[in-house]
Amino acid sequence: MYSQGLIGADGATGETPEFLARFQARIDAEEKIEPNDAMPEGYRRTLIRQIGQHAHSEIVGMLPEGNWITRAPSLKRKAALLAKVQDEGGHGLYLYAAAETLGVSREQMTEELLSGKAKYSSIFNYPTLSWADIGVIGWLVDGAAIMNQIPLCRCSYGPYARAMIRVCKEESFHQRQGYEIVMTLARGTPAQREMAQDALNRWWWPSLMMFGPSDGDSQHSDQSMSWKIKRFTNDELRQKFIDATVPQAEFLGLTVPDPELRWNEEKGGYDHGPIDWAEFWRVVKGGGQMNVDRIRDRRKAWEDGAWVREAALAHAEKRRARRVAQAAE
Amino acid sequence: MAQETPLWEVFIRPRNGLSHKHVGSLHAADEVLALQAARDVYTRRGEGVSIWVVPSRAITASDPDHAAETFEPTADKIYRHPSFYDIPDDVGHM
Repeated sequence: MYSQGLIGADGATGETPEFLARFQARIDAEEKIEPNDAMPEGYRRTLIRQIGQHAHSEIVGMLPEGNWITRAPSLKRKAALLAKVQDEGGHGLYLYAAAETLGVSREQMTEELLSGKAKYSSIFNYPTLSWADIGVIGWLVDGAAIMNQIPLCRCSYGPYARAMIRVCKEESFHQRQGYEIVMTLARGTPAQREMAQDALNRWWWPSLMMFGPSDGDSQHSDQSMSWKIKRFTNDELRQKFIDATVPQAEFLGLTVPDPELRWNEEKGGYDHGPIDWAEFWRVVKGGGQMNVDRIRDRRKAWEDGAWVREAALAHAEKRRARRVAQAAE
Repeated sequence: MAQETPLWEVFIRPRNGLSHKHVGSLHAADEVLALQAARDVYTRRGEGVSIWVVPSRAITASDPDHAAETFEPTADKIYRHPSFYDIPDDVGHM
């Protein structure tokens, strides 16, 4: 399960100050907002976009890992990876259903993903080059997603919060299976160790980018915070992730690829080197190594499955017509 | 875009003795596929022993904008609660 700081949301809203104040009072009282409740259009739009991006990330996130199912090194690893990828599909479905309660259709969301209009987490536009990548994805990418998702369990929008609770329950298996893969490699032969280090080197920075732009550059953060769609800023979550993950890397004897990484006693957390935001925006805007492949693969899956969807609907219609005819006899 | 696949609400009984509880929704062409999808999507870790699927369009909901009027009559009938009645302690637990 994966999510990223929201990309390009527009929280602008046109309601009266009284309406907005009443809505804000409900939010401030920690009341959950439910699908049929009155809500500002900006709130609805921000959530549709955020939950949609989150759902798309789950679905596209199946692809880099799916790449290694047939080449998993043992039956145990293969079974676990299959189960994890199936979970990601399930998480996508919980999230699509949550977004649909806001009045957007599944077909519309699918269309926006396949046309390239909708965004998904930038992390999935990097290739999975070795088996060690599967371990590092579980450890770092799912780890970063968990950091993001735990506060989303308290999101002000009820259906999103409930979907997140379900997802978070299932998520810790993902991170643990990843860490165990990396640990096995780190304790293996020198070549296996090197694989693990190489994967960490390639995934570290993209994982930090998963939290989205730095607070100063994230223009929509304030409105989302006051509506309690999000509870922590991108930088706060990124810091929590770094502080939790660095000791896990040290335990494995692996080196985090950041020469400027230092423990800062005063703030009780790590200081880190600069993140390459130019790379982040390039990948978000379609210039990552795998953007084209990911959408091509999703399109193929959608188009190849068209006859199944049509046949299922035709079969349902045939059975319905038969029941009507029998009732008339 | 092709025809829309119907939406279903999914209810799961976590174990015998408990009621079915709403867990979410999904799309499926008919009730057979809806049940199968509900099993795959909502019970991968032993969440239940029984599933109901209901077409979403079959559900009629109360209007949250009228919640104040709808539920108002419950608020002023304090005599429906046992604490409304004074019974001497000597009577014992009742």
